[in-house]
Amino acid sequence: MKKILTGNQAIARGAYEAGVHFASAYPGTPSTEILENISQYKEMTAEWAPNEKVALEAVIGASIAGGRSLAAMKHVGVNVAADPLFTFAYTGVTGASVLITADEPGMHSSQNEQDNRNYAKFAKIPMMEPANSQEAKDMLVDAFNISKDFDSIVLFRVTTRVCHSKGTVELGERVEVPFIKYEKNFDKFVAVPSIGRKLRHKVEERLNKLKEYTETSKWNYEVTNGSKVGVIASGISYEYAWEALGETVDYLKLGFTYPLPEKLITDFCAKYDKVYIIEENDPIIEEFAKTNSKNVIGKDLFPYTGEMTPDVIKRCVLSQNVEGVESNPEMFVGRPPTFCSGCPHRGFFYELGKKRKKIVVAGDIGCYSLAVGEPYGMMDWLICMGASFSSGHGAQRIFDMNPDEDRRLVSIMGDSTFFHTGINSLLNTVYNGGNTINVILDNRITGMTGQQDNPGSGFKIQGEVTTIGNIEGVCRAIGIKHIRRVNPNDLQQTKDAINWALELEETSVIITDWPCVLKKKYNDDDYDMYKDLWQTKDIVLEDKCTGCKACLRSGCPSLIFDADKKKVTIDSNTCVGCDVCLQICPFDAIVKEEK
Amino acid sequence: MNTNIKLVGVGGQGTILATTLLSAAILDAGFDVKMSEIHGMSQRGGSVSSEIRFGDKVYSPVIMKGNADVLVSFELMEAARNVDYIKKDGIILVNNHKINSMVTLNGKVPYPKGIEEDLKSRVKTYVINATELAIKLGNVKVMNVIMLGALVKAMKLEHLDFIKAIRENVKEKFIDLNITAFNVGLELIE
Repeated sequence: MKKILTGNQAIARGAYEAGVHFASAYPGTPSTEILENISQYKEMTAEWAPNEKVALEAVIGASIAGGRSLAAMKHVGVNVAADPLFTFAYTGVTGASVLITADEPGMHSSQNEQDNRNYAKFAKIPMMEPANSQEAKDMLVDAFNISKDFDSIVLFRVTTRVCHSKGTVELGERVEVPFIKYEKNFDKFVAVPSIGRKLRHKVEERLNKLKEYTETSKWNYEVTNGSKVGVIASGISYEYAWEALGETVDYLKLGFTYPLPEKLITDFCAKYDKVYIIEENDPIIEEFAKTNSKNVIGKDLFPYTGEMTPDVIKRCVLSQNVEGVESNPEMFVGRPPTFCSGCPHRGFFYELGKKRKKIVVAGDIGCYSLAVGEPYGMMDWLICMGASFSSGHGAQRIFDMNPDEDRRLVSIMGDSTFFHTGINSLLNTVYNGGNTINVILDNRITGMTGQQDNPGSGFKIQGEVTTIGNIEGVCRAIGIKHIRRVNPNDLQQTKDAINWALELEETSVIITDWPCVLKKKYNDDDYDMYKDLWQTKDIVLEDKCTGCKACLRSGCPSLIFDADKKKVTIDSNTCVGCDVCLQICPFDAIVKEEK
Repeated sequence: MNTNIKLVGVGGQGTILATTLLSAAILDAGFDVKMSEIHGMSQRGGSVSSEIRFGDKVYSPVIMKGNADVLVSFELMEAARNVDYIKKDGIILVNNHKINSMVTLNGKVPYPKGIEEDLKSRVKTYVINATELAIKLGNVKVMNVIMLGALVKAMKLEHLDFIKAIRENVKEKFIDLNITAFNVGLELIE
């Protein structure tokens, strides 16, 4: 049967067909939908982990215990999971195991563009790179065979355009794989130095076998069109190359890319006048090809950054620019993403904005990173998941040592980021006697990636009710003495909490407690807690509105300023009645709609 | 030759459902088809786009500037933003609905005037009051399927089975409404 699937759906289908038993992930664009789709198959256990390291460790345990297992994460997530990865690369597997890295050339939703193909070489593990949805499914099934045959976790590298593009996929059936009987194997899995030294040799032996295998892998093959020019490409770049150059060149398509098929590449290069290596980001294939062949063209022509889309290839190889209809820049203005109507982050950033001159804001990864834009401008830096509390602490140390500075650090992260790596960061601050203000914007969901459940949301991935992690309890347990919990839609409460924290000289925590406006699932306790959840909308009394625009500083997209009338109106289709604008209006011109 | 259709709008307008329905019907008719969309940050009221390419054999899932046969825009200013994706002899279908962005909402910059006329001066343009029609049908969300109907007519794809695509991809209680909306869209193009 043929279906049209995204790369991520195809990977989930591949996991199903490969007989995977257990999968774990932390959400991150463009990888998120892999686990969401795996969770739709009842044959597999799928779990959101609090972070990528934990996800991979759970997968390692599942493998050691004899099950087939898979971890999925975005490229920067592999950095978090790198510690267990490098040792699991030594021990090898019991049940076959695959790590999916979803890279982001072009950085559509990421803070960097790291090329995770480097991890395969670094960790000395085999790597595969599908180019489309069909390959994503088929290769993943084969990745589990390779993991089993070579006793190694396999790195499965996809990119945004593979993950989020849809293509046709011929489906197969699931093959149930029996659990491998558990036997304690000290010499394989206990990575103390004496055993590590033995395993180290096994890793090199395995690489030598893989070097032979890659030369004949069915995923590495030539396509001949009778040209004198060759192209070598892997992943989505192969599809782009075909789109741009079609049958005018011959191709060496690489799908099994670590170890590289060195002989295949060298022999291919020898057959052509010139060979273009088309790869996004780092020149990994190119660096090898250039050691043996003189006719290779790579980054001397193609850019290091961004996506290697057909227009880029046409421009570089053919000096062709495709001209379409000309646009008129006077006809459009920017449309950056912004907090939704009713977003609980709005009230907090509105109040914090009033302190802008006194404070430095350490940001983190999540929806609240949108506070970097208009009208808030509330972020001095943003590094990686969980870094706001720890980097804020370091910055405060320097400000406190510097007699010319009188600034307070406000570090901000969300609930999911707190569970991810924020707890350790906060522990560092309180342990070392820091005096930063640490804000946890608890909206009870992982918002930015599309409302995934997390240890504080009350639900597991398949919707079962579970324990709600108590953020305040965690803060108290690690020794925070000053904690305030506020409803961020109550501006007075929020303002009081910020002022209170600014007066303190010890580590403080403010927890803003109101759910994401997009959160869909609630349990009974939630309804007790959030009694007025989106009950009535707000409206503007036109005769009272003076057009002062004070409410617009809240940055709510439901507020529309009518330039002709010089009045504000509220879009009733999108307003959820959070009342933030109502509290800001100095003329009482915004009121609750009568029910 | 492949046919390239780009759909643009603002997060939450339903570009993804429209592309899903389109690709389901095209696949059913035996074409090779690829589509592409960007998730993530774009969900929060930002500009969104999805792309669909079909023909005998499709390689790249993305449409580059100057390569779209049709641009379908669910919002007026988004059409102006993306017009450079259209081939010189391509067409544009635009919903004449305005959605403010953060910069126009707070009154710093006005929402540009004269977009329809500007588009018409550049490329063959069909202006459609799809949001208005959707509200008349009782649910503003079916704007996307009205636009889909118009697209199908403009592209002469009526022979494909869109009713089946709707039945298989839309929640049951919304099927009839979406079929009605699709038919409304079909009638809009001569």
